[in-house]
Amino acid sequence: MKFVDEFRDPQKAQILLQEIEGLVKRIPVCRDRPIWIMEVCGGHTHTIFRYGLNKMLPKEVEFIHGPGCPVCVLPRGRVDDCIALAERDGVMMTTFGDAMRVTGSKKNLLQAKAEGADVRMVYSPLDALNLARMNPDKEVVFFGLGFETTMPSTALTLLQAKQEGINNFSIFCNHITIIPTIKAILDSPDLQLDGFLGPGHVSMVIGTEPYSFIARYYRKPITIAGFEPLDILQSVWMVLKQLAEGRCEVENQYTRIVPPDGNTQALQAIQTVFELREFFEWRGLGSIDHSGVRVREEFSAFDAERKFPLPNLKIADPTSCQCGEVLKGVIKPSQCKVFGTACTPQNPLGALMVSTEGACAAYYNYGWIPEEDLHPARSLV
Amino acid sequence: MLNSTTNDQRITLAHGSGGKAMRDLIQKLLVPTFNNPILDTLEDQATIPLGQLLQYGDRLAFTTDSYVVDPLVFPGGNIGELAVNGTVNDLAVSGARPLFLSCGLVIEEGFPLETLALIASAMKQAADRAGVSIVTGDTKVVEKGSADKVFINTAGIGVIREGVAIAATKAQSGDAIITNGFIGDHGVAILLARNELALEADVQSDTQPVHDLVSHMLDVCSQIHCLRDATRGGLATVLNEFASASNVSIQINEPHVPIRESVRGACEILGLDPLYLANEGKIVAVVPSENAHELVEAMRDHPLGKDSAIIGRVKASPAGTVMLATTFGGTRIVDTLVGDQLPRIC
Repeated sequence: MKFVDEFRDPQKAQILLQEIEGLVKRIPVCRDRPIWIMEVCGGHTHTIFRYGLNKMLPKEVEFIHGPGCPVCVLPRGRVDDCIALAERDGVMMTTFGDAMRVTGSKKNLLQAKAEGADVRMVYSPLDALNLARMNPDKEVVFFGLGFETTMPSTALTLLQAKQEGINNFSIFCNHITIIPTIKAILDSPDLQLDGFLGPGHVSMVIGTEPYSFIARYYRKPITIAGFEPLDILQSVWMVLKQLAEGRCEVENQYTRIVPPDGNTQALQAIQTVFELREFFEWRGLGSIDHSGVRVREEFSAFDAERKFPLPNLKIADPTSCQCGEVLKGVIKPSQCKVFGTACTPQNPLGALMVSTEGACAAYYNYGWIPEEDLHPARSLV
Repeated sequence: MLNSTTNDQRITLAHGSGGKAMRDLIQKLLVPTFNNPILDTLEDQATIPLGQLLQYGDRLAFTTDSYVVDPLVFPGGNIGELAVNGTVNDLAVSGARPLFLSCGLVIEEGFPLETLALIASAMKQAADRAGVSIVTGDTKVVEKGSADKVFINTAGIGVIREGVAIAATKAQSGDAIITNGFIGDHGVAILLARNELALEADVQSDTQPVHDLVSHMLDVCSQIHCLRDATRGGLATVLNEFASASNVSIQINEPHVPIRESVRGACEILGLDPLYLANEGKIVAVVPSENAHELVEAMRDHPLGKDSAIIGRVKASPAGTVMLATTFGGTRIVDTLVGDQLPRIC
């Protein structure tokens, strides 16, 4: 398939893997422990497991699966609020497919749908707006979530709704922003990382500059990476090259999509519609300052949080869950106390088991090798 | 066209009440359409002489399946064809010659009579193609909203030829895994026909009866170990069933699995895995290694097996797992799906 197969060429992969082997030998830290690279984005986690990249790379290179699965990091209280909205008379709740399986404190949207709530899967918030046009007697709510990747489409849809005066449409905004979260992870005392694969599609919107603090202040190399398997191998190679040469820079592997300045139109739309919340709660990571956005006052007519009363309860993560430690790379998914027992994709207790982009679900679905984990190369720091 | 109506006669609750309207529906529409002497007797049951069955083999195969597909008509087929082919295939993969079907209809009040006639006629055509007769049936009408348009249940009986003993428990280390062609067509055709995704692709459902192909395969290799049709849950689910029932590992080579470019493309866009997509005319066989190449060659001579391929091998361990060697050079586990595949957010 054109524009896909080129990025999945096994011969090129072998060349890159040989190069990577060579680089690893030049990195001093490898003598004592593996090199830990965090892929920030859930899409990368998915590719790594889907193509078995973790098993192709030399054992000295280990991935730490970061917080970039927006479905996974949504706290249970917010899901409960969404379900309460969906269960209101006259409400049609719309959202992306895998958001329907995230469980709140009691149930998820699929279960609410089975109990009678009107819940529809859409591919774009514009589809939700269209449902609002076609169902004037319904209040169509779009459960908006995701990082800067999906934020512009929500923003533009809201602008469109305002322009057309569609007053039976609103969004339940759970959009989050990546930079404060990476910073929170870097500030975490129990974290040890050697470099990052930066999120490709977030960067398509925000550009490469916002990551410069990672190189400058935290002295970690970062490579913005694409989502095909060769993209990831090449990005790993680029991070390792920086480590071997003692450099800490923001590099861009995904140049075919990510311009250095991002997408100014998309950023403008985000700016117009959203403002930073003082803090936002993350499943597994707790509250992080300025890590979420809300709808600005001038669009309050389209803000479900202002339009409808919500339970707005803060619900703590289950105590047995170790999602936070997994997100920070302190433990691997299979080292969690409840992995594969109390917490499975059928019955996800923790956030990371929910979506196929979640590290635990990826481990579970695409094969974690028990022998590896019997001898963790990395002690709990 | 099955979804067009030339008059506006509708099914009412009277059509299911046991009275004259129901008699008319059965005697003027269904019986003449299905048209066979066993049904024509209009008894409460079909009577089948045992002697007639014995000429085909020594054991009876009996199965049932319900069809609730939405939309009723999709590129490459419709619910009527599916209701016949699906049950025929469930019989066929035991090595049976499918012979007789029942047809249970649950119809929503208000359903166009003309569409029902066209569905019945599609069932008859599919039955003729598969060499089976629809010999008994039942019709129920439920209030509007209590069912979605029409649901069909078909049960079927067939006779298994002597000496054939196919079972999911019989896969052995060293066996070859074979499929008869492109996977995922039906799943993508249905997904796109629902028209909720604003995507277009030239993909047709593969609904077809596979009994003749299976019979052809058994002529070449009577020792087929496992055989199933990869319907809901797709290839991945059937392979997991074999791996688990036989306590073996099944190792698939991604480059050898036939998947159409259009199906791959739709899956790439939608974030779905074609290994889990439904098929309606694709079988997965586990056969002794020494027969595999000859069998695949023979299958390729059959119209339903032109694109047959050996897609993997059975190994002893890790038992109970399905592994995929990716085109890219890695390996991963292909597990049983938890629920429906849901498209990813970004």
